[in-house]
This record gives sequence, C-alpha cells and structure tokens, in this order.
Amino acid sequence: MIATGQDGTKKKYRSQKGAAITSLVIHYVVLTILALIWVIPILWIILNAFRGDAPNSVSGDFFPKSVGVEAFHLLFTKSYYGVDFAFLRWFANTLIVAVVDCVISTILVLSVAYCMSKLRFKMRKPFMNLTMILGLFPGFMSMIAIYFLLKSIGLSGQTGPNAWLNVVGLCLAYSAGAGMGYQVAKGFFDVIPSALVESAKLDGCSNFKIFWKIMLPLSKPIIIYTALMSFTGPWMDFIFAKVIIGNGAPEMWTVSVGLYNMMFGGQADASLFTEFAAGCVCVGIPIVTLFMFMQKYYVEGVTAGAVKG
Amino acid sequence: MATADIQIKEANVFKRIGKGFVNFFTKSVPTFFTKTLPGAFVKLGSGIAQGCKNLVARFRNGSLGTKISHLVFGFGNLYHGQIIKGLIYLALQVGIILFMVLCPTVVGPNNVEVPMGWKALANLGLKGAEPDLANFDWDTGAAKVTDNSQLYLLFGLVTIAVLAIYVLLWNSSIKSSVIADTAVKEGKKPTSLLDDLKALLDGRFHILMLTPTCLAALAFTILPTIFMICMAFTDYNTIDMSAEARTLFHWTGFENVGNMFSGKSALGEEISARFFPVLGWTLIWAVFATFTCYFGGIIVALLINKKGLKFKKVYRTFFILTIAVPQFISLLAVRNLLSGAGPINSMLMSMFGLEKPISFLGLESSGNDPVLAKVMIIVVNLWLGVPYTMLMTSGILMNIPADLYEAARVDGTSPLKMFFKITLPYIVFVTTPYLISSFIGNINSFNTIFLLTGGGPSVGAYKAGETDLLVTWLYKLTIDSGEYNTGAVIGIMTFIITSIITLVTYRNSKAYKEEDTFQ
Repeated sequence: MIATGQDGTKKKYRSQKGAAITSLVIHYVVLTILALIWVIPILWIILNAFRGDAPNSVSGDFFPKSVGVEAFHLLFTKSYYGVDFAFLRWFANTLIVAVVDCVISTILVLSVAYCMSKLRFKMRKPFMNLTMILGLFPGFMSMIAIYFLLKSIGLSGQTGPNAWLNVVGLCLAYSAGAGMGYQVAKGFFDVIPSALVESAKLDGCSNFKIFWKIMLPLSKPIIIYTALMSFTGPWMDFIFAKVIIGNGAPEMWTVSVGLYNMMFGGQADASLFTEFAAGCVCVGIPIVTLFMFMQKYYVEGVTAGAVKG
Repeated sequence: MATADIQIKEANVFKRIGKGFVNFFTKSVPTFFTKTLPGAFVKLGSGIAQGCKNLVARFRNGSLGTKISHLVFGFGNLYHGQIIKGLIYLALQVGIILFMVLCPTVVGPNNVEVPMGWKALANLGLKGAEPDLANFDWDTGAAKVTDNSQLYLLFGLVTIAVLAIYVLLWNSSIKSSVIADTAVKEGKKPTSLLDDLKALLDGRFHILMLTPTCLAALAFTILPTIFMICMAFTDYNTIDMSAEARTLFHWTGFENVGNMFSGKSALGEEISARFFPVLGWTLIWAVFATFTCYFGGIIVALLINKKGLKFKKVYRTFFILTIAVPQFISLLAVRNLLSGAGPINSMLMSMFGLEKPISFLGLESSGNDPVLAKVMIIVVNLWLGVPYTMLMTSGILMNIPADLYEAARVDGTSPLKMFFKITLPYIVFVTTPYLISSFIGNINSFNTIFLLTGGGPSVGAYKAGETDLLVTWLYKLTIDSGEYNTGAVIGIMTFIITSIITLVTYRNSKAYKEEDTFQ
C-alpha cells in the first residue's frame, strides 16, 4: 500500500478515517445490541417483580401493564409452606451460612495454598495429586454420601425444635471441602518471589511469622477474592442446599431452595411467579452490588487462576 | 518468550491435543499395563519389604520406652519425661480401642440402631440378612422399613478410617519416642512440650496448616467418594421393594457395570439403552459449550477492546451482570422467558400467527423437539459462558506485543488475517489450561441443564431425558428414585472420562510439567 502521490495519500487518509469511523459505529451498534440481549432476562425478572397485577403467573407481555409493589408486600408478609415470614427467615439463614462459610473457607484455602506454594515437605506432591483426582469425581457423588453422613449424626433432615441443626450441617458441607479448592490462591502465592521467604528465613523468621507478617499483608487481593467467592457461594448454589436441607423443615431453607420450590417444587404454584421474581430481586441486588464493588478483585482472581501457561 | 516460538507452538495446540489422545490409547495405555503397573507392584513390594525391615530395626535399636511404645502409645514419651505428650497419645489409643470395643451406635431413620466399631466391620461383610420377623407390621403383613444398608456401609467405612488413624498414631508415637531416644543418645534433653508447640509454628508448620483441611477432607470428601464407589458394587437401591432388598445390600461385584454395557437383565437393557445416548450428548454438549463460549468470549473481548471505543467499562459491566446474578435466578428467568406462556412465544405467535407456542426447551405438553431443545441450551449457555472468556481474554489482548501488529501492518496484512495469525494463536496458547478445565466443567455442568430443561423432553425409558447429561442423570437416579448403585456406576464413568481427558491434556501442558520451577 504505497501512496502514489500527494493527492492519493490525502484521499487514502480520508477514506481510512471514514472507514475507522464506520467500524467504530458498527462496534457501538453491535455491542449495544449484545448488551441488550444480555440484560433482557434480568430486566424481565425485575419488571415482573414490580407488576401491578401481582400475584400472578408468567405473562405474555414483556412490559407490565401496571406497576406496583404488591409482590414484595406478599413476599415479606405471607407465610409459605406453613412458615410465617418464610422469605425473611430464608434470607437470614442464607446470610448466616454465607458468613460462616466465608470465614472458615478463607482460612482453610489460604493455609493450604500457602503450604503448597511456599513450603516443601514429603507429602506435598501426593497431596496435590490426591486433590486433583478427587476433583475429577462429579461433586454430586460425594454429596449424596455427605447427606447420609449428616443425616445420621442429626445435622440434616431435622424438623421441629432441632431444625436449626440443618443449617449447621449445611455450613459444614460448604466449608469442609473448601481447602481442596486451593489452586487459584496457590497460583497467586506462586507469583510472590520465593526470595522473600528465603531472606526472611536467613533473618531467623519462623515459618509462621513469614506467613503472618510477610505473606498475608501482600495477599490482600487473593484474600478478598477467596472471601468473595465463598460468601457468594451459598447465595448462588442451589443443588447442594436442596439435597442437604431441602428435606428438612421449610423454615430452615436457604433462599435458593425456597425460591426454586415456589416455582418447581412439590407444592409449586404458577401464580407465585411474581413473588418469585420479587424474591430474585431481593437476593440479586445485594449480591450484584457486592460483585460490582469487588469486580477488580474478581477479575484478578479469575485471570490468575486460568492463565498459568 | 520469542514470538516466533509462540507462533509455531500455538498453531499446533489442537493438533497436539489430538495427537495426545491417539498416543494415550496406542502408547500410554499399553505401557501402563505392560510396564507401569507391574513396575508399580514391584516398587510397592520392595517398599513394603523395606518398610518392614525399618520397622524391625526401629524396634531392635529403640530404648525400652520405644519398644513398649509399640504396644502402649506414648509410653516412650512418658519414659523420657514428656508427660503431657505421652498422655495425649495414650488417651487417643484408649479412646480408639474403646470405640472399637464398645461399638457406639447411631440411631438412623426409623429408629434403627447402626453400630460402629467392630460390629460395623462385621456388617460390611453381610450378604443380606434374613428379614427381621420382629419388624413386621402385623396389620399389613409387610416388613417394616428397617432399611439402613447405606448406614451400615457408611459406618463400616468410618470405622476403617478410624483404624487408619490408629495406625498413623501408632507410627507417630513410636517416631516421637525414637526422636527422644536420639536426643538422649546425643546427650541432649528430649524436647519439651513447649518446644514441640514451637516446632509446629516453624519446621512443622505445614502440619499445623494442613491438619484441619485433611480431617475435613477425610470426612467430607474422601470418605463420601469411597462410599459411593463401594455403592457401585452393591445391589443397594430403594426400587426393589422385596423385604430382603430393603433390609440389607449384597455385594454384587461388577454386575452393575456389566448392566450398563450389555443390558443382560431387563433392568440392564433399559439402562444400557439410555447410557450411550446420554454419554454421546454429554460429550457433544461439552465440545459445543466450551468452544462456542470460548470463541464468543474472544469476539466480545475484541469488540470491547476496540481502540477509540468509549464506555468500555459500561459495556463490560453489562456482561459481568450474568456472572454476578445467581444462576438459579438467571436460568429460571430464561426458562420462564422461553416457556409457552412467556413473552417471546407470545410475541412470535402474534407476529407470525402461529397456532401454538414453540417448545424451545422441550417442556410443553406437545410439539417437543429434542434437537431444538439441545440447540437452545447451547445458545442460552453462550449467554452464561461468554462473559467469563471475555473477562479472561480482555487482559490477554492487552498483553499481546504491539510490535507484532505493527510488523504485520507494514507487511500489509489484512485485519482478518492478523486475527487468525496473531491474536487467536496467542490467546489459545495462553489459555489452554482454562480451555481444558472449562471442558471438564461443562461435562459436569449440572446447573445449566437441571435448571433450564430438567433433562426434558422426557424419553420415558429409564428416567434420562433427551437433554440429560451424565451428572443430571446421576442426580435423578439417586436423589429422585433412590437407585444408588446405578447412579454410582454413572459417577464412576464420569470420573473415568474426565480423568482420561485431564491425563492426556494436562500432562502435555507446560503448567503440569513445570509446576515446581515456575517461581
């Protein structure tokens, strides 16, 4: 593409500029359409939550004919499955599980990841291989056995005054296996130069001190990422919760189990759809807000975990 | 890394993986049986022999305390004056022995007591017991539910785990006594409790850090996995309502596995008729889901990273929204959106004058098309999966050396060619590990199928619908219909498939080979 003369160059320049603008416009149009497609289902759920004709079932109209907050009102005051203020209780249960899981999982994950990354001991490779092999079994297989185990020690399937034990069981089920998911955090520790550890050792630091005083202050991003993942886990997960607490007393369900059962469970009722949508909005808003604030750490974690070629 | 080097390598990523599979079945598998496995046995044998030798030597060379430690845990520590440590070992030994002898019981469902300890071990060998006459419901004449097979198996395994811990403690107690012996021999004092605790914070820090995870993993991952593997070799299910089957399981060896392939019995015929279609769809789904999301994500990332484009952050946020919203919400929303009564169908019906709604997900009462349902699942999955790849590749795109493009532009390369020759190879090269793990993830992708179609449209035969994956079938078999043995076989099959894929691909990847050196 060699310009033939001054005129040619100018023309070329102009047409190039024109092409650049056209291509930019195309980009805007395509991206906007895509963005619309991506929001439509979420937008639709939000619109349904604010339908004026609630309680009602799925409607053929995308935009509601009238607007109201009746669905929210019902959701917060009605009793579902014979439980008063059911949704609020489910919400509280999920919050409790999420906080407990967040604390325990973060501690377990960070300690295992640090060991695997910066300490050298005889069982290191066998441990890593074992966790990899166990990770290849479908999570479900062990889940059924976990259910039997929890049930036999009274931490699942309880009804009546002991029903709160179901929540304890769910906390255990979520956080006990967390230590096996250390890979992303290990990737993070791997990038911190080992020379740091070596020189601290020469200065007479104990391994604990190195971890506590040197490593942890450096690992704020990965701590936040791990905490974020384990906190949002119980809000996002549906199937584990369904198996572990779904058979127990309804007042001890989490939001995902409760909302799913409203739509598709044994006592599902199509006219609960608007309340379901309202519940989704109530769960979605805090989680999405949290995510958006922590976006930076999330992106860092995701890319660090995947790109280790 | 030299750019030329990258270009050669990345162009061959898919070829390499393909070759890896061929090699795996033509070379690795035969070598495994002819060399690796016998070699492992020889190694194991010599290891055991060496271990026994060491044990004898340890016993012979040990002090009196060490010798008695072989019988009484912690005696060596007591002998050397490490009172508290010795007492802890002793207490643990006494505790485990009491556990084994006294057989504490757990009250299972229907108030049937399940023992632990030696009785649990005895229960493991049961070949089915006589129906318990005392447990007959005299009104109906049927056996009362006394079904605790799964608990017999579970607590048998718990007892074995306790025994394993006993052996580990035995070894550790002797070891600690030997260490004290050596200290005394060298004229030093045996370590005090305080020293030992300090060691936990320094030289033995990994023990402190890993013990909680190991115990939790033993109880909540390893034990349950072994439990389900065992289940595959029993006839335990809650389908067979005969009194005997409902009381105790039998060990049946490979009968369930055989059923899956040959279908000799009537039950087996049903299972094997569905097994291969489900397996096939699982693999097709995994391939399509992985690659559509992968390339879709790359395209979206390229669109967003366009030079001069404004509101990049805003656009990105729109896409991240689907990651942030819990899947049970977004997928159930899509399911309703696409349902017969949903807005999309009503729009299409009024626009094109259709008589009845299109059954996108195969969930309507009539007019279900499995192919359409499958296509829709893959399309909806794009909506879920593209944002992940988009996030991942955005960062990588910015890392591609600008001079590569500069050089290409000088040579007059068209943008399309630049994409295929520079951008794509670079991304594929860097994200191969992600590609593999997302493929495995898709094989086990439970949420998408379960929440979107629930496996429908149904086939009628043996519970697996047209869009069921192995994992969702596993769910239906176990949770819904209580066929634990068949479900467990399917779980093992899934494991075998995923491990072959992982073995072949990871072992060829740099990440695996250089795990240790990359620091």
